[in-house]
Amino acid sequence: MDIRSQISMVFHLDKCIGCHTCSIACKNIWTDRKGAEYMWWNNVETKPGTGYPSKWEDQDIYKGGWEIKGKKLSLKGAGKFKGLKNMFHNPNLPVIDDYYEPWTYQYEHLFEAEEGDDQPVARPVSLITGEYITPKSGPNWDDDLSGSQEYARKDVNFKNLSAQEQEAMFQLERMTMHYLPRMCNHCLNPACVAACPSGAIYKRGEDGIVLINQKKCRAWRMCVTACPYKKSYYNWNTGKSEKCLLCYPRLESGQIPACMHSCVGRIRYLGVMLYDADKIEAAASCPESELVDRQLEIYLDPFDPEVIKAAKENGIADSTIDAAQKSPVYKFVKKWGLALPLHPEFRTLPNLFYVPPLLPTMAFVENGTYETTSESFWGAIEKSRLPMKYLANLFSAGNEKTIEVVLKKLMAVRLHRRNVTVGDLPENEVTDPMKEVSMDKDTADAIFRLTSLPLFSERFVIPAAHREEAMEMLESTADVKGNHGFGFKEPPKRGL
Amino acid sequence: MFNNFFFIGLPYAALTVMLVGSIFRYLNFGFKVSSLSTQFLETRELFYGSRPFHWGLLYLFFGHLVAFLFPRSVLLWNSVPVRLLILEIVALGFGISAFFGLYLLIVRRLKHKRLIVVANKMDIVVYVILAVQIISGLWIAFFFRWGSSWFAGTMTPYIKSIFMFTPDIAAVSAMPLAVKIHIISGFTIIGIIPFTRFMHFLVYPFSYIWRPYQYVIWNWDRKTIRKSKKLVNGVRSKNN
Repeated sequence: MDIRSQISMVFHLDKCIGCHTCSIACKNIWTDRKGAEYMWWNNVETKPGTGYPSKWEDQDIYKGGWEIKGKKLSLKGAGKFKGLKNMFHNPNLPVIDDYYEPWTYQYEHLFEAEEGDDQPVARPVSLITGEYITPKSGPNWDDDLSGSQEYARKDVNFKNLSAQEQEAMFQLERMTMHYLPRMCNHCLNPACVAACPSGAIYKRGEDGIVLINQKKCRAWRMCVTACPYKKSYYNWNTGKSEKCLLCYPRLESGQIPACMHSCVGRIRYLGVMLYDADKIEAAASCPESELVDRQLEIYLDPFDPEVIKAAKENGIADSTIDAAQKSPVYKFVKKWGLALPLHPEFRTLPNLFYVPPLLPTMAFVENGTYETTSESFWGAIEKSRLPMKYLANLFSAGNEKTIEVVLKKLMAVRLHRRNVTVGDLPENEVTDPMKEVSMDKDTADAIFRLTSLPLFSERFVIPAAHREEAMEMLESTADVKGNHGFGFKEPPKRGL
Repeated sequence: MFNNFFFIGLPYAALTVMLVGSIFRYLNFGFKVSSLSTQFLETRELFYGSRPFHWGLLYLFFGHLVAFLFPRSVLLWNSVPVRLLILEIVALGFGISAFFGLYLLIVRRLKHKRLIVVANKMDIVVYVILAVQIISGLWIAFFFRWGSSWFAGTMTPYIKSIFMFTPDIAAVSAMPLAVKIHIISGFTIIGIIPFTRFMHFLVYPFSYIWRPYQYVIWNWDRKTIRKSKKLVNGVRSKNN
């Protein structure tokens, strides 16, 4: 057992209102620079939709992530042989037009225009060439366009839905959508790290954050290809790749990453997970149907005395173990089994989990109004508006059973709370669903509390970074004992 | 005078500048040791330009290297006319491939505004010197045939004499103009490596081949914290 700690996240999709505040917070801090304008380390997409960059989930185009070849795990579009062979031209690299050409507006013209008959306007200009352009796409141009030809119809997750099922999703009465905020998953089996020929990308041992060393990056761009989530970006101005760094300077000083701190819907949770690094390879190379379960097995129970002992032996701080015990992510993912990884079939073992959205699945319209009477509550999962297969393609590698269980749990909580607050449901309508997912009232209340009324300190549990000890790693206090202050930079001894 | 300057002075100057400059740039401007890739801004035309250009140059570079290091083996290979013919044709093929690659790359650079934005002045120098080098090489291959054979007798001793610090330029001085140009621009390329995007081929990521795929860095190892080197001379103290 090789226990490490990992900062992980949960996004509760039922609460996401698609306001893009997270994206803006991130942009203002990190990517408002030349060459990085087009990057959205955090972005929010509408599903069904093509996302950003366009059709990023289609690995037939982008060749991201891992695949099983024979029995071995190998990178789909990069790796030692493919990567070095394609060094002079990487055939699977997205170009800027797959994202969008960044632009600004010529605001000065509003002030400096010659006096004339017309009102001056601020025309859009490209942030690359500085020429006038007509913006044709942007990072969130699929916003709320769930029924559209251009975006929703081209959603990659429809691939194994029947024509009728697809058609049903585009009928006006049945149309549905939800938002999908995305950022770097800080994977346990990161494809970007494995693809980097320079060895510039690495995973931090202490907290599992995946970073790119800008000095070692030599612009081979293999990480952009390898990341199946397209969350590593190439900066065309500096010739370096960049990615989400989980606001590690903020985390180290006890602050919350900007996207999470600013989240209006309070959908984001962040906490520590203890995991067994020895199990990573086996979990990443298991059959597709087992991927979710095997990934969740990697994460360990932070209350188990054995785990605590092994963690301490591995040098994990007490404060980190304490944070792992309080971690909201542990509760959502392991204890309650409500959150699932996005596209586990990419085999990178992402550390960002999503509570799948219940609302678009359940709501259906009758006589022009949302039908929400108790009778139809439970049966609705089978005859839901959004085909279970679609959600399964997103969150469980096509395994519908996994999604169904989660949605039933979410529903059971709702029925229980309705019984508590309104009390208009017959007894068995509440107890049967709860029995089916074997959930007791206390658990349901706990889920309700952490979903609806969590405190800031419950949503985000960050362990201390122990930088004071990091300092002692470099300079032992004993080394400067009997010396002057910080000592001399160079020893005063002369001669050789 | 002319010969002394270009065939003794220039090689030593170029090699010195290359060595000192590259190491200096690597140590002090590590951030900038790479070629500024433009594939992200334009990929289709790059494919037709970059692939033939790089593979062509790569073959030719190693061809020259082999002819310099193992002249006897090359002569032995060339002793059968058919084999000589094959070698020359293949080499010419790669030369033409590099030439067309470079041509397409220059056209591509000029055609797209986006690529001009990310170009710098030294890129022009790179294009010009590469054009001179490749064209003079093709010129030699075409008009002064069987270079793979006469290289061993004339060029190998010259380059060897340079590296042995006993420069002997008798053979080179008698060479035709095309060969002289080829040698001069070749050493110029070596000399400008630290100042141009040529720098990128010094950092080819060979280490990727033998490193494990996953890479974890521990910024500090909690187990080793508070071990002192100095408290008791020669004895490392345990956690205090």
